[in-house]
Parts: sequence; structure tokens; C-alpha cells
Amino acid sequence: MKNMQTHSRLVVGLLAVFLLGAGFSPQAEAKKLNIVTATTDMAALAQEVGGDRVGVESIAKGYQDPHFVEAKPSFLLKLRQADLLIVVGLQLEIGWLPPLITQSGNPRIQVGAPGYFDASQFAEILEIPTGTITRAEGDVHPLGNPHYWLDPANGRRIAKGIAGKLAEMDAADSSYFQQRFEDFDKRLTAAEQKWDAEMKPYRGRKVVTYHRSFPNFAKHFGLNVIGYVEPRPGIPPTPSHTIELIGLMKRENCKVILVEPYFDLKTPNSIGRETGAKVVVYLPSVGGEKDVTDYFKLFDYDIDLLIKAFQATQ
Amino acid sequence: MKNLMLLAGAAIFCALPLYAQQGNSPSQANVQDTSAMEQRIKDLEERIIALEGQVRMLKSVQTAQAPAQPAAAPAEATAAAAAPAAGAAPAQVAAPTAGPLLVYGGAGGAAAKALNPDISVIGDFIGKAGNNSIQPSPSLEMHESEVAFQAIIDPYARGDFFLSFGEEGVNLEEGYITLTALPAGIVAKVGKMRSAFGKVNMTHNHTLSWIDRPLVTNNLAGGEDGIDDAGVSISRIIPAPKGLFLEATGQVFRGDSGTADNPVFRASRNSDVSAVAHLRSYKDITESTNVDIGLSYARGHNEVGTNFLTQLYGIDATLRWKPLRRSIYHSFVARSEFIWSQRQQLPLEQRAFGYYASADYQLGRRWFLGGRYDWSDRSHLANLTDKGGSAVLTYWPSEFSQIRGQYRFTKYANNIDANELFMQVIFVLGAHGAHPF
Repeated sequence: MKNMQTHSRLVVGLLAVFLLGAGFSPQAEAKKLNIVTATTDMAALAQEVGGDRVGVESIAKGYQDPHFVEAKPSFLLKLRQADLLIVVGLQLEIGWLPPLITQSGNPRIQVGAPGYFDASQFAEILEIPTGTITRAEGDVHPLGNPHYWLDPANGRRIAKGIAGKLAEMDAADSSYFQQRFEDFDKRLTAAEQKWDAEMKPYRGRKVVTYHRSFPNFAKHFGLNVIGYVEPRPGIPPTPSHTIELIGLMKRENCKVILVEPYFDLKTPNSIGRETGAKVVVYLPSVGGEKDVTDYFKLFDYDIDLLIKAFQATQ
Repeated sequence: MKNLMLLAGAAIFCALPLYAQQGNSPSQANVQDTSAMEQRIKDLEERIIALEGQVRMLKSVQTAQAPAQPAAAPAEATAAAAAPAAGAAPAQVAAPTAGPLLVYGGAGGAAAKALNPDISVIGDFIGKAGNNSIQPSPSLEMHESEVAFQAIIDPYARGDFFLSFGEEGVNLEEGYITLTALPAGIVAKVGKMRSAFGKVNMTHNHTLSWIDRPLVTNNLAGGEDGIDDAGVSISRIIPAPKGLFLEATGQVFRGDSGTADNPVFRASRNSDVSAVAHLRSYKDITESTNVDIGLSYARGHNEVGTNFLTQLYGIDATLRWKPLRRSIYHSFVARSEFIWSQRQQLPLEQRAFGYYASADYQLGRRWFLGGRYDWSDRSHLANLTDKGGSAVLTYWPSEFSQIRGQYRFTKYANNIDANELFMQVIFVLGAHGAHPF
């Protein structure tokens, strides 16, 4: 019986700790909607639409491989306060986001709750595998290629989706969000025309990318991705594949290799030396470099790099 | 879902001939017509992309309300998709097809499959050379086959099962529901689980940095199974200043932990429950470096009897470094755990202490090099002390397999030495959910 008492005292003590903690939690309903996004691109789009009525923070950094983010507890501090969680989806974040969501103790952003927002539902998705998939093909994404934001048309679709969501969550500001979206749409359309014109001379150009993170950009601007430095998605380069790729690039006269900022440049550089191709570290995400601070600058930066590379390798 | 897609398809097919007719009509197609047409095609494209997205969502969202939805959703979609897109094409054309199609959809086939949990199997094969009279292990063994079932149960909870199959016999390693929608930021787990006593105790075999477990785990904290018991756990993040992460966890278990020959807690009667408390603090020093420090306490009755308590105190400390720009190539983790055991037994209470210190460096994308030092008293006879050291080399062909070698030297009490070389192959089938950081 004495033990029973000790136990109940223990349990009561523990409960007290939690209740005490609960008392400290900020109850004040901030007027600003608190948005947390998985990647910087989603943060940039949410910021465009949300303006000063939202606070936006991204978990991953723009120069980080979004497949391999560590599920650090410090992210839980952001997630537990979030009203809205915007994810890229298509299993891009499967390796790190689910445990964060579970541990966040925030019912608003659980999968299926109103504050869980999968941006992929609005975008055009490419490379959806058909038939049987096995991991012999590497780390394939069974729902399609999750690197879909590098197409301005998808950026517009996602922004529109976010505007709708924000209006739903904060009805009083719905016309504000709608107007912000229309403004973004206008600026994007103008920028798109400029980008399209700049890239027009290089339509049909052949490129090789490190990872399959470029299909939507390539489709929009009419580039031809003929191969990848990785033999399979997520599998590091192998000598035999590299030799094959060098042969292919020589045959096809491909002179540009695009590499994401988080991959090692050793293999791309040696392929470049063999084939005379130029190795370009392009940015797949906003924030990949310090001055690439929004969605427009991301395209400005990449298109500028590409044009220089194409010109240098006429 | 299928019928939704078909309806969209039907709507588009109805619409296409309209465009074709307009385009081929002898009246000279002036510029305005074409641009209007292009606009309509563009609009249609947008609609298809939106519909594709909806279909993907319907397929992937595994919520409990899914079965209730299909009846209403397609009807709305029919009206929305068919009417404006097809223009003159009568919505009735699409509507009748919805009838028979519903027969194929519903709860059968693909829809039911979409609600299956994520299933995975992890194989853990160990080969060993060398002799060890204190902790013997076979030369070749399929050490463990861990089968996991994981799914979101409903909007308020998720469920995780980890069944551990030995070459013979099965053990429910973990099986619990996590309540994620509780008020005041509380996360609760109910079921059987690895308790939150330190780091190694929480970790499944296949995510350890070594093939074995540290001596201190074996001597003081229940060995491979550790403090793994049926009960209830609640945890909550405690607000703290300056980006400090603080989380408190309290757990109450039945009171049976450890293996038959290496018990930690044993409940002789129902009231002999055990309790575990854990306080975790974490801080990012920079974006690539962080420190993780935990305090643990566990208390329960041991196999001597109801009046004999075992109490464990633990401190764990982890330093991690991983540069974000090269996160897949280089990383470093240093970790140490200290455990004090206070065990009431006859004739005298035993107070034992043990610790390990380990470090792992990632040399390249696929290679890891690590080492560990072990030092631990034995819980039943605290004046006996075992010491040891290990060197570990790990190779990762992909995220889904791992080959590891470990050399271990142990100097057991009474000057008994053991030199052992282990080889391990780990392989993952299916979708295994990420483990906590």
C-alpha cells in the first residue's frame, strides 16, 4: 500500500509539471497567421500571397537537400505554434517530417487537419511512374517527381491554392489575400514573358542534371534533359554510369551539366573535363544564395546562369 | 476517385470535337478566334491539372472519413467539371456513366489498398568470429527481422507496430497509439513501447551506431530489449527562452522490463508498476551544430520481490555536427550516457555505475567510421567491473541497406578477455517511417 501511495504521488507530481507547463503556453491569439513551410520555395510563395497578415518560416534551408533534412527538436518549437503547415508533398519530406508532425503536439497541423496543406495538389506533376515500381530504380517517388516548383505556371497555381487556403482560415482578410494573389499573378506573368523571351534562343538545348530535380523547369523553357549524373535517383555516381554518360554527352553534343548546391562537384567536374561541358551550380530553391530572396529572383538567377553557360558553350 | 477521373476525361473528350469543329470550319479562323481557343485550351489544361491534383489527394490522404466522401464528391465534381468545360456537351451524358462506375469504386480494390498501413521489414543479419564466455553469441544468425506497420488512425491519432522476429519466436517490440490532437500540446502514447530512459534505450537495433549495445546497457539497463514495457506515456514541450527546446516525458508501465536472464524490473503483483521520467533539452549552436542533453529517472520493483526497488538515474549528452550544404557527405556525432543503478537486494543494496562514450564520423556519402569506449559495473554485484572498446566501419550502398563491421575487445571482471569481430548486414523492404531524431 505504501508503494501505491508513492506511485500516485509520482503520477500527481508529473501531472502537476504538465499543468504548470500548460499555464505558461501563450494563449494570446495572434492576429497574424503563423505559417510554417517545409521548404523555402513554399515560404516564398506563401509570403507573396500572405503579405503582412502572415508570419512565414521555412524548416529546410534553400541550400539544403530537401530529402535529407534532420528532424531537429528546434523545428518542433516552430511547428507547435503553427496555424498552417505547407508541405511540398509527393513524399519529398517522408524521411523527416512525419515524426516532427507527430511530436509537435499541435492538432491544427496533423495530416488531414485544416492546417495541413499539401501544395502538390495544385501543381502539374511530371514523371509519375506507371506500372510496378521497385527500389531497383533507386529512391523513386511513387506519386511523381516532387521537384515541381521550378515552373512559373506551377508557382502561380500553388500561390492561388495558398490564397484560397488563407482566405478560408482568415475570412476577414480574404479580399486582401485575393488581391495579393492577383498582384503576384500580374508580376509573374510579366516576368514569365521576359524569361520566356530570354530563354527562347536556347530552346531544345541539351543538358545533364545531377538529380532529377529539373523536369518542370526543362518542360517550361523547352530544354532537353538527356541524362543524370546519378545512375538512379538517390544513388551516388558510379564509374560505369559516368563513362556511359560521358559517351552519351559526346554523341549528343551536350555541353552543360547542372548541379544542385548540395552535391559534391568531383564527378560533375571530371565529366566536364572529359566532354568539354560547363558545370553550373544552379539553385533549385529560394535562399540557395544570399541574394536569392524570393520566387522571382530564383528564376532570374538560374536563367542568367543558364544563358551564360549556353553562350560560353555555343 | 476513378469515376472522378473518368468524368473529367469524358468532359474533355466531349469538348475536344467542339474545338476541332471550330478549327476546321471553312470560315477563315481569324486571330481572335485562335487566341480565344488557345485560352480555352489553357483553361482546360488548368482544369486537368487541378483534377489530377484532387485525384492524387484522394488517393493519398488516408483519413478515416474517406469512405464517407465518395458519394458526395463525384456529384459535385461532375457538375463543376462537365458544365463549363464542355459547354454545349450535356451534363447528362456524363451523369449516367457515374452509376455503373460507382460499382467498381467504393470500398473494394484500390480504395481499400490506399488505406493499408505502411508495411516494412528490416532484416538484421550478424556474423561473428571470436570467443566470449560471458556474453556468448552464435557464429551466424538472422538476429532480428523487424516488421513494422504504421499508419494514421484518424485525425486524432497514429499507430505504430514493430514486431521483432528472431529465428524462432516473436516479440512485440513496440505497439502503440500516439494521440496527436490533445489539448495544451500534450502528446500521449498508449501501448507497449521502448521507454524514454536515455538514448540507446529508445533506439531500435537497426538505427544504432554499432552492431551490439554498450556494456552499460547490458549490465544496468536490461540489455537489448531494455526498459520496454506496456503502459502510458505523456510528454509535452515546455516553453523556454532563447530557442531552447525543453520536453518533459512521464511514463507509467506495468513493471516488467528486461529479459528473463537479465531483468531490470519485475512486477510480483499488480501494484508493482514502474515509472520513467525524462527531461530533454536541445539547442542549436549553429545551423550545423547542436547539443542534446537529457536527464532520466526510472523506478520499479525487481525480481527479488515487491519490497525491493531498483532505481536508475541517467544522463545522456549528444553533440552533432552536419554542414547543411554537404549534409549527405559529412557529419559527426559524439555521444555519451551515464547510468547509476541502485538496486535493493539481499543481503545488501548494490550501487553500480556505468557509461559509454562514442563518436562517429561520416567520411563520405557511403562511409562511416566510429568508435566506442565502455565501462560498467554489474548491477547485481557492483564490485565487478567490465571494460571494453570497439571500432566500427559502416558502408551504405543506399538508404535501404547497410553493411557494417565491428571489432570489439572486452576485459570482463576477473580478467576474462574477449576479442570479437562482428559483421552485420541490414536491409529494408517497403516504407519504413522515419525514426525520431
